[in-house]
Amino acid sequence: MIADRADRSLHDRLTRGASAVAYTLSIGFTVVILVTLLCVVGYLFTLGFSSLSLGFFTHLPTGAAQGDVGGMKHAVLGTLILIALASIVGIPLGLLTGIYLSEYDTGSKLATPIRFICDVLAGVPSIVVGILGYELLVRPLGHYNGYAGALALAFIMIPIVARTTEEMLRLVPGNYREASIGLGATKAETILQVIMPAATGSLVTGIMLAIARVAGETAPLLFTALGSRLLSTDPNEPMPSLTVQIFTYATGPSPDQQKLAWAGILVLIGLIFVLNLAIRFAASRRVGSKR
Amino acid sequence: MTTATLPDLAPSPMPAPAALPQADAAPRPALIEAKNVSVFYGAFEAIKSVSLDVSTNEVVAFIGPSGCGKSTFLRSINRINDMVRGCRVTGELKIGGQDIYASGVDLVTLRRQVGMVFQKPNPFPTSIYANVTYGPRLQGVKKRQELDAIVEDCLRKAAIWDEAKDRLHTSALGMSGGQQQRLCIARALATRPSVLLMDEPCSALDPIATAKIEDLIVGLKKLVTIIVVTHNMHQAARVSDRTAFFYLGKLIEYDETSTMFTNPNQKQTEEYITGRFG
Ligand SMILES: Nc1ncnc2c1ncn2[C@@H]1O[C@H](COP(=O)(O)OP(=O)(O)O)[C@@H](O)[C@H]1O
Ligand SMILES: [Mg+2]
Repeated sequence: MIADRADRSLHDRLTRGASAVAYTLSIGFTVVILVTLLCVVGYLFTLGFSSLSLGFFTHLPTGAAQGDVGGMKHAVLGTLILIALASIVGIPLGLLTGIYLSEYDTGSKLATPIRFICDVLAGVPSIVVGILGYELLVRPLGHYNGYAGALALAFIMIPIVARTTEEMLRLVPGNYREASIGLGATKAETILQVIMPAATGSLVTGIMLAIARVAGETAPLLFTALGSRLLSTDPNEPMPSLTVQIFTYATGPSPDQQKLAWAGILVLIGLIFVLNLAIRFAASRRVGSKR
Repeated sequence: MTTATLPDLAPSPMPAPAALPQADAAPRPALIEAKNVSVFYGAFEAIKSVSLDVSTNEVVAFIGPSGCGKSTFLRSINRINDMVRGCRVTGELKIGGQDIYASGVDLVTLRRQVGMVFQKPNPFPTSIYANVTYGPRLQGVKKRQELDAIVEDCLRKAAIWDEAKDRLHTSALGMSGGQQQRLCIARALATRPSVLLMDEPCSALDPIATAKIEDLIVGLKKLVTIIVVTHNMHQAARVSDRTAFFYLGKLIEYDETSTMFTNPNQKQTEEYITGRFG
């Protein structure tokens, strides 16, 4: 009996030791990652803020390579338009695909290939999407245009939204479905009034991931919306965007334009952050009002 | 494509007991009639040719060891097993004279008339008010006053009004398990069902909450016909008029509860009731 207890305490001590090591390691790595992140953000802020001014949002490029290079009003607006158009197409299609995969796939032969295609698409390099957009939407029309850019972005969003939607809807407890069906709800009513509201928070996260992803895309836009130094609100024309403008300035020879590119990066990150907050707020208000 | 509608079974006020000529002697009309009902999951026959009747405004208990098919049979009465892929029902199952597995039966109507309460309390993660009004809203009730009245009426019937009235617009998930289960009963009553199916409604609850639900079942008998699955013999004895004993997918014995518990016909029933197996 005594031996037995000694054994157990040895085992206890080993487990406790292992657990302490694991604990220390996870704390350590968390710190390493946080520090790296802080360095990146700090660097970005120092470089970005110094060249960020109100003029960034109110001025167009002057065309001058030195001195007053102007602002990026056109690119901010262009990015917003592109994201909005891409979202109008990509989010509903992604949500519907996700709902189909999670709620309507009752062993049909369609779901497996759809899921596979989504996974493959999510992994396709974005430059490939750009070239596809060029072949399908630029060449036939004969000119670069904003629609092609927005659709290329939507194409990137769909698989991301679809797969997160599917995963998140699957996490909604099955007994909500039973409760709803048991009260005489149809499947569509159950999905719209019980399942989706129960998953709103995570669906919004999925949508945000997709928006953040495409907001930072450059390659698909280079071949489609092209970019422009002019203010444009007509998606049938070439459209400027923050990413393409940043790319142009950052790879160009002018130090003043390079500085403006840093400000652009900061604005892009801020934009994604603000969009995130806005969508979260809107979603919580909408769900809250129903209850 | 005609949709056969089920007869209107909304709870009618019970005639006063005195008006019934010797309630016990004359058999009451059967509301639910099952004839040779078998239920399959794929090739597996979970319910084997079960026939039983349930009369209006009685409480029937289903007992039997785990896995004997009590839930399966219960869930075929409101056809919620249709949600399970590969589940198939044969035989004849009538409610109020209408075969519920006939083609063209409207499932929405059926499920409003045959409410269900599940083993684990499953209120929606919304307010108490929204839970109760979910069914009526689907039926198109929109007026605030009407909904308010339904909420109070159903919560009272489910004996939870006093506990819920000051927090109608707070989350249902903030209630205790027992309260949640009574809310689920109120929610089911809100579609004005004539039958209430309860699948082990107390198995996740403590003794006090269990006692409240049992009182509720006895009280609700005036309004609805109740089938309650339980693995608690005492519960079956306390709440039910008749008891059905299932074993390995077969209905072994079905009789007045008092007879079942004092003088069962079948040896298996006696062994199960006295706790020798199960
Ligand atoms: N969805 C299902 N698919 C396949 N078999 C099932 C399913 N549900 C229940 N069963 C089987 O049917 C039998 C009866 O189950 P159930 O009705 O849940 O029993 P009980 O409620 O009496 O415990 C069991 O053998 C169980 O394994
Ligand atoms: Mg069961």
